[in-house]
Amino acid sequence: MSGKEIILEVKNLSKVYEKEVLHIDQLSIRRGRIYGIIGPSGAGKSTLLRLVNMLEPPTGGEVYFQGRPISINVNGRADAVRREMTLVFQKPLLFGTSVEENVAFGLKARRFAREEIRERVDILLGKVGLREFARRHAATLSGGEAQRVALARAVAFEPALLLLDEPTANLDPSNVELIERLIMDLNRETAMTIIIVTHNIFQARRIAQEVIFMHEGRIIEAGETEKVFTSPEDPRTRAFVEGRMVY
Amino acid sequence: MSLLEGVFKAFSLILTLDPNLIRIVLLSLQVSLLAVVFATLAGVPLGAYLGLKPPERTRFVSKLLYTLMGLPPVVAGLVIYLLISRMGPLGVLGLLYTPTAMIMAQFALAVPIIAALTMIGIRSRGKEVQETARTLGADRILIAWTVVRESRFAIFGAVVTGLGRVIAEVGAVMIVGGNIEGHTRVMTTAIVLETGKGNFELALGLGLILLLISFAINSLLYYFQGGGKDIVR
Repeated sequence: MSGKEIILEVKNLSKVYEKEVLHIDQLSIRRGRIYGIIGPSGAGKSTLLRLVNMLEPPTGGEVYFQGRPISINVNGRADAVRREMTLVFQKPLLFGTSVEENVAFGLKARRFAREEIRERVDILLGKVGLREFARRHAATLSGGEAQRVALARAVAFEPALLLLDEPTANLDPSNVELIERLIMDLNRETAMTIIIVTHNIFQARRIAQEVIFMHEGRIIEAGETEKVFTSPEDPRTRAFVEGRMVY
Repeated sequence: MSLLEGVFKAFSLILTLDPNLIRIVLLSLQVSLLAVVFATLAGVPLGAYLGLKPPERTRFVSKLLYTLMGLPPVVAGLVIYLLISRMGPLGVLGLLYTPTAMIMAQFALAVPIIAALTMIGIRSRGKEVQETARTLGADRILIAWTVVRESRFAIFGAVVTGLGRVIAEVGAVMIVGGNIEGHTRVMTTAIVLETGKGNFELALGLGLILLLISFAINSLLYYFQGGGKDIVR
């Protein structure tokens, strides 16, 4: 793999709260692919996303984004890195304003021209099926609609890396299907690199090209989705993908 | 004079816009509103800063603010008096027995209330807002602005609570203002004086106006506590 193919690399990354909750020796994420991070609760999946998105500092180790360490904050570099990636939370927070203002937030933060903001917001709201909701107050949306707005808001500025933390947990099947289709369309149309954390092994199998299985803060197995699901090397991975791991 | 008679006379003073009563009401509003404006300018940034810090790192300041929220007005008045009296460090400014001194005393009472309630409001949702704004690429200024904007109802509630506290207090303004007619006499100090003199109609009239103002303030507070909606609707 060439350096240009790798968008994100993790080396000796660890996070300790009262005990160590994450320790990853090495992980490489290739540009333009969809990765599914699976594993039981407490496996460190969400912690990994938070460290990559710089919401928390790691206890040790380093994350390299586009070949450069993200911990070195010189001349506002941390802000610059953060502007090229984004994270959508399981329970997204929409700001107390209209739907269109929410979608426009990241574009305004990047000082896009007003006309371009209007155009992008309109296109994205169309894609998530909420164009007629543009002027509605975000607080009036259902959980599925709110998650669709959060996704539109996250991709409006076309980040190089999109991190999704359980984006369809607690949503009804029609919203799950819609969001999964959006994720796959985004990856196909814009070659955006996407990492999705999910409890749902079926979802990971449906949309991810590569899968990373985590357990007790460590990566147990990673590889092409079909290979991990059909012929896992580690017995813990096998137990998890076959639904035999109790957690 | 019966209570009913007193109320009747009080209403007639209000309805005829008695100049003495109007002057006292206007000065009260002027002093309290200015004190709250300055307290908002100091208290909201302080509360926002503390609200965004982890609670375990602001434990002492939080306790201090909660203590100062219940600061007796006479103590606030005494401290300001000692600062601005002729022998005090700010004595040369000649502020004692002026509306400015009263504003200072009410400012001291309102700041802890506004800061503490802002801190509580921001703490309830601020971290989530901060993280969301950060993931969307906002810089520090935009993050701070977004957190304040998203906590606006809590902040307005804090400001209105501060106003409610200072407009009804009597001890601090009595000590530093001196209750001088036409100069530093406000509603609460006037009520004390007129009651002492047996001039119940003016005291009752002022009391009624104070109640009306208090009702308006609490209606506003009720609205903000409902997140901008009337919560009984």
